[in-house]
Amino acid sequence: MNTTTIKPKHQRLVLIVLALVALIGAGLLAAYALSKQAAYFYLPSELAAKPPEAGRAVRLGGMVEKGSIRTQADGVTINFIVKDDKARVPVRFSGITPDLFVEGSGVVAEGRMEGTTFVADNLLAKHDEKYVPREMKNMSTAEAKAVIAETK
Amino acid sequence: MHGFANPARFLRMARWLMPLMLVPGLLLAFGALAWGLFMVPPDRLMGQTVRILFIHVPSAWLGMAGWSTIAIASLVELVWRHPLAGIAARAAAVPGAAFTAICLATGSIWARPTWGTWWVWDGRLTSFLILLFLYFGYIALAGAAQRDAAAGEGASRVTAIFGLVGAVNIPIINRSVVWWNSLHQPPSITAGKSSIDATFLIPLLIAAIGFTLIFGGVVLARMRMLLADIQTEARLRRKALG
Repeated sequence: MNTTTIKPKHQRLVLIVLALVALIGAGLLAAYALSKQAAYFYLPSELAAKPPEAGRAVRLGGMVEKGSIRTQADGVTINFIVKDDKARVPVRFSGITPDLFVEGSGVVAEGRMEGTTFVADNLLAKHDEKYVPREMKNMSTAEAKAVIAETK
Repeated sequence: MHGFANPARFLRMARWLMPLMLVPGLLLAFGALAWGLFMVPPDRLMGQTVRILFIHVPSAWLGMAGWSTIAIASLVELVWRHPLAGIAARAAAVPGAAFTAICLATGSIWARPTWGTWWVWDGRLTSFLILLFLYFGYIALAGAAQRDAAAGEGASRVTAIFGLVGAVNIPIINRSVVWWNSLHQPPSITAGKSSIDATFLIPLLIAAIGFTLIFGGVVLARMRMLLADIQTEARLRRKALG
């Protein structure tokens, strides 16, 4: 009696687990196949290794090199360098930059390659995953801990 | 587990458990939101806009937890034929969709001053928008299945299968910022580590607990409502049959 009541339940469990395994496998394969197409931007090293044809609209994302932002004589055009740990790409942009566009921070530039320079039509700031209060950004962890202990 | 299969016993428990979740949930959530809004210092880069963190992150968590609830309850419904599982899955859909919509709206408002755009089609944002559409599809399907209840269990089973299949999107949302270059930053809180300073993290965790309690309370309330609907319908049908 007991076996007859438990059996269909186990059958359903095995069937659904198999279906889920197949589904997750399919999902992972699809995600793997999408790995390049679903990327929102190219890294500087990817752009350097496989440059897109001139004039094709692409996005370039990386870090703004410290000390690289130069404002041109017209006041609205800036030149800077976007880098990752392997490559550096010079970028030119005319217009208003987002508030979070600062040296040493992340940026995504939309535009195209013109020769060796990336000409951007639009800049998006990409911030990191860290959230730190303003007063404590220059302190070491130990100092920051002391400040938090004081204010408690 | 089948101890709670008896709707009468479940209803007795839900009656006192619901206010027990909703009241502390509302207190914690509003306390944490007020803390985040008035007492937390500005972020080093984002400044004042960091305050949206305390509603955006708990909403994102519950949008995903909502579908996880649907998927687990659907599995229990399909395998063990637990009579309350399907009702729990259906009850989680509307609050899950609401939190997903709140997450998308606050994220968009936050993106404008920080990233410089309202919306981009990167992996994280796109997969989260798909989650909202999956919720809409699930709610429509569950509504249709309920109307077809007389036709048998088939329609309810289709809803449960959709709930399970849709769960594939949850790990994709979670991994989207790791697998693909995206404008959205990588996760701040990973297994036991956090790159969020304690001044932000503590109110954020309290907000997350508060919002989760509200979510649980709303799910219980909606389960009671769905059970009452089913009872009324059964009673009317009996009366009609004389």
